[in-house]
Amino acid sequence: MKQRRARLRDELITLAHGSGGKASRALIEGLFLEELGNPLLNPLGDAALLELNGSRLAFTTDSYVVHPLEFPGGDIGELAVNGTVNDLAVAGATPLALSAGFVVEEGFEVARLRRLAASMARAAERAGVAVATGDTKVVERGKADGLYVNTAGIGLVAADARLGEENVRAGDRVLVSGTLGDHGMAVMIARGELQLEVELASDTAPVHELTASLLELGESVRWLRDPTRGGLATALNELARDSGVAVALEEAALPLRPEVVGACEILGIDPLYVANEGKLVAVVAADAAAEALRRLGAHELGADAAIVGEVRAEPAGLVVLETAFGGSRIVDMLVGDPLPRIC
Amino acid sequence: MRYVDEFRDGGLAQKLSHEIAGLAEPDRVVKIMEVCGGHTHAIYKHGVEQLVPDEVDFVHGPGCPVCVIPMGRVDDAIALAERPEVIFTTFGDMLRVPGGRGSLLEAKARGADVRMVYSPLDALELARRNPEREVVFFAIGFETTAPATALTLLRARAEGVRNFSAFCNHVTIGPPLRAILDSPGLRLDAFIAPGHVSTVIGTRPYDFIVEEYGRPVVVTAFEPLDILHAVVMLLRQLREGRCQVENQYTRVVRRDGNPRALAALAETMELRDTFEWRGLGWIEHSALKLRPELAEWDAEARFELPGDRVDDPKACQCGEVLIGAIKPWECRVFGTACTPERPIGTCMVSSEGACAAYYNYGRLTVPA
Repeated sequence: MKQRRARLRDELITLAHGSGGKASRALIEGLFLEELGNPLLNPLGDAALLELNGSRLAFTTDSYVVHPLEFPGGDIGELAVNGTVNDLAVAGATPLALSAGFVVEEGFEVARLRRLAASMARAAERAGVAVATGDTKVVERGKADGLYVNTAGIGLVAADARLGEENVRAGDRVLVSGTLGDHGMAVMIARGELQLEVELASDTAPVHELTASLLELGESVRWLRDPTRGGLATALNELARDSGVAVALEEAALPLRPEVVGACEILGIDPLYVANEGKLVAVVAADAAAEALRRLGAHELGADAAIVGEVRAEPAGLVVLETAFGGSRIVDMLVGDPLPRIC
Repeated sequence: MRYVDEFRDGGLAQKLSHEIAGLAEPDRVVKIMEVCGGHTHAIYKHGVEQLVPDEVDFVHGPGCPVCVIPMGRVDDAIALAERPEVIFTTFGDMLRVPGGRGSLLEAKARGADVRMVYSPLDALELARRNPEREVVFFAIGFETTAPATALTLLRARAEGVRNFSAFCNHVTIGPPLRAILDSPGLRLDAFIAPGHVSTVIGTRPYDFIVEEYGRPVVVTAFEPLDILHAVVMLLRQLREGRCQVENQYTRVVRRDGNPRALAALAETMELRDTFEWRGLGWIEHSALKLRPELAEWDAEARFELPGDRVDDPKACQCGEVLIGAIKPWECRVFGTACTPERPIGTCMVSSEGACAAYYNYGRLTVPA
């Protein structure tokens, strides 16, 4: 029961269209799909799947516009590699090669660019993938925020991987590989506008080893996603919407760092909507959930993994949260970026 | 998290929930208005409604400072923001609120220099760092946020920062409550009064609700346990035939409020004769403007504003939601023409508004 496509009714692009929420969805479905739609693009997955001589290739791209360029726990170079590696990994693919495009602002320090490129190289090595091709453009001062990076990647999909929202069934369990919201809050705090003294590092990391370990469980693994922009809430809302199931989360089971909870509390932001850059959300069959959790927990990146909820038949299309307080509520898709509340 | 988790203890919640069930009288529905948007948000965020019996009915009041700003004032803000010399600063949740000519976020996309700040002091700092620009702060909120604006204005005057001004839309909590109590369709039995506002104004300003209208009041903090506790206190008052202003938020709120904050307010602001509230219409003495002595820092005095009124959309039934006459989902446009993406009425514009809170969090419990 796929819902009908969102319509784009705005006359101008606003920042909300880049937030990953409903406004982004309207832009993608109401403009890009209408103009560019084709069988490869239409599923709007993390990566497109191509058939080639009996093999399946995953193909994806992502642009990085983070400010500041360097932040606790990472930088734009590392992020650009991990983000694309992760999009391939959650498509069930082993990354084969990446491309890198750099849009550099006039006046950018060469030493800094070298540092960021070296960081990219380290991240690529860690993920076992090469940056095989690239492009550089320099724009006038003021035309780019220092540096924008785009990466694309191709990967080989495991022959027996059967991932997709159509496989998800009521009763399946929802797992996350670790604490939520670390990247988004680390970057927000690193901007220095909040005057909060919190030690918090981005979680940027490649999750391909976690996905590879889970994929050994075969068809019990139904659906994988890396909950980046828009956080866990957005990823699960897309699942619920596209597959017509409900997802029920248990608030008390969500792994959250106290620093993230505290900063979110002060800003009136819900950590469920905050970006992650080295986390995995997995839907697995109920009888495989314990083994999936064990496998995630056995990896250093999965030390805080947890079973956080389950798939239900009703209320179809919605994500609900059973609060630690004993009530329940809907976790809806946001319209735009989460905005701090005034009181 | 210390100082937060203690107020969200599920075990204690069950105890209070049980106590409320014992106090509620079968088939007698008690309608309790939580005045403040912060309470509305907490009720939905934590699922508090599911912990009270059907005989306790929360009605979501007018205390969302973002929601009550009339569309014409948003248009004035956009006109200020569009002046080339102006850096227009605002709290984040005001960015998406639509006026007659769209939202500040859309004005920003058209080229206006609109920046989100976390405090009026951030706006003052922007003024110091950009002496060639005019920095205007969109001052909104009840007595909670007004003192921060007041102190910022006093600091700007003391330091002689002349490229800073406030576009003052601060409102007061008492007059809209009286307007609601005077409305003909009223069906309210008791009030959960706002906590943060009361840290500033104290509990005396609610005396008229018990004295003139005979409705019990409990000044309440914002954690879900606080709200359940307040329900217990109100049901006890009703059961024992008492009608008092009680203070649940004793850890912060004093009977006479915060004298320093009140002094700063009195020094910088005075009551307007009347002010328009989105969804409620014009209410006398319900808002603040800057005193004439501070005209140099008053955006309304320094810049020419369109000042056009924009009617609330006709389809909107926010006024009836706000007095508890109908529930959000009973409005004829709720969830269809009026959604958080395309809000028509005040209650849908911010996540603290009754309809938006209901739409975002609570649609689970809509009766079929």
